[in-house]
Amino acid sequence: MNSLNAFQLLNGLTFAALLFIVASGFTLIFGLLRIVNLAHGALYLLGGYAGYAAASASGNFFLGILAAMAVVAATGLVLDQGLLRFVRGYELRQVLLTLGVAFILNDMTLVIFGGDTYTVPAPEFLRGAVRFAGMFYPKYRLFVLALGILIFIALWLLLNKTRLGALIRAGVDDPEMIEAMGINIRRIFLLTFMLGAALAGLGGAVGGAFLTLYPSADAEILVFSLAVVIIGGRGSLVGAAVGALIVGLLNTVGQVMFPEFAYFVIFGPMAAILAFRPLGLFGKAA
Amino acid sequence: MLEVEDIHSYYGDAHVLHGATLNVGKSEVVALLGRNGMGKTTLIRSIMGLSPPNVRQGAVRWKGESLLGVAPHLIARGGIALVPQGRRLFPSLTVTEHLTVLKPASATHGWTVAKAFEFFPRLGERRHHRGNQLSGGERQMLAVARALMIDPELILMDEPSEGLAPVMVQHLEGIIAELKRASLSILLVEQNLYSALAVADRVYILETGRVVHEAPAAEIARQPETLTRFLGVH
Repeated sequence: MNSLNAFQLLNGLTFAALLFIVASGFTLIFGLLRIVNLAHGALYLLGGYAGYAAASASGNFFLGILAAMAVVAATGLVLDQGLLRFVRGYELRQVLLTLGVAFILNDMTLVIFGGDTYTVPAPEFLRGAVRFAGMFYPKYRLFVLALGILIFIALWLLLNKTRLGALIRAGVDDPEMIEAMGINIRRIFLLTFMLGAALAGLGGAVGGAFLTLYPSADAEILVFSLAVVIIGGRGSLVGAAVGALIVGLLNTVGQVMFPEFAYFVIFGPMAAILAFRPLGLFGKAA
Repeated sequence: MLEVEDIHSYYGDAHVLHGATLNVGKSEVVALLGRNGMGKTTLIRSIMGLSPPNVRQGAVRWKGESLLGVAPHLIARGGIALVPQGRRLFPSLTVTEHLTVLKPASATHGWTVAKAFEFFPRLGERRHHRGNQLSGGERQMLAVARALMIDPELILMDEPSEGLAPVMVQHLEGIIAELKRASLSILLVEQNLYSALAVADRVYILETGRVVHEAPAAEIARQPETLTRFLGVH
């Protein structure tokens, strides 16, 4: 059994930051719309490919990120207005529908990009390593960590300091009451769905530069996001952050210390939380 | 202003309202009385366009226009506000946010946050508290203040006195009287008969989904036998 060093700990933290970006979108959609969006992983991968294509074509990584968010937000718009609104309120149908969409999106990206592995080209200034605390650490991964923290702050401000954020929180609490108070809840639903999708797209573009993009990457990130949201509690931003930290670190601990049980280290606690605290650490009853 | 005509509402296949009819005029306080399970809340939900229930027959008209099939948020924008049973505040919003979420703090027309806090000073003192940190009376005040923020002409109040201490019920009666003076109409669903009679102009009695009696409040107060017959109270 190996013990953990600072390098691996940082790997866990940076992976947690990526997980947070993806899972925050997942938890927003889950919390407000009560939709377990199984296409969230596919949206992540789509964002990755869109980011790859745009960044390669323009030579600008940040344009790639913007393109990924825009493409995936637009896909979210079509998904919500074109399909999901017909099954609103039917949880099982929603889940199956998003699962179907995940398969379709996957096949479409397979047709376009094939089965090869792609890496979103990171900008020059984020390549290489920095030296600190007696070790060399990849700059790009530190950038992901900073971005995760930045997204947390931005989402926190959005949810807690703006009127739209208060509407989203009220909608998570009691969508029927917010509708009875004269607010078009469907518009709030749609905006939230697009925001959640855009976060998946952002995660895809950012993650695609260090985890690489390949046809089953969507399922992997989806399962991790599910674990994050189940542990943290649906609809809770702080829960998503704490859940991402737990899953990111457990993932590293598992891989380093118990490689044979790497998945058990994450999904064992998840199963226990589902059984004994089904609302998660920060979840609230619907 | 509000006319409900012979409506039949269903929860799935369960037929809950069997042709209820009532109306509410301008700056009139109308009480809807009835025991538990007689369809009072179903009637309120039917007016507000909330589903379930489904209204399969009859008419609901507001200033002459049909409300059936209209989305709840449009009904609210048309001037009908709801103070629901159990208050249903938003646990994650502060007192102030309950109001600003419906109307920006910068608004100057109609009911504003400042005006609401003037009307309910207690809420002003607790503006930073969250909905679930308030006492029962404060919660009810906030539910009324929230409804006022959409500048309604009619407020549907579903059992506002439920769970309140007698002194708070009296306070609530004062508020209803004051809103009436401000020419608001109120449809008041109550189990608390004496509270309803204290503020209402007219009373309807609902029994198993039908309006079985209608009379001015003063008349009902003089006829204890009506109360015994319909409501089983003495």
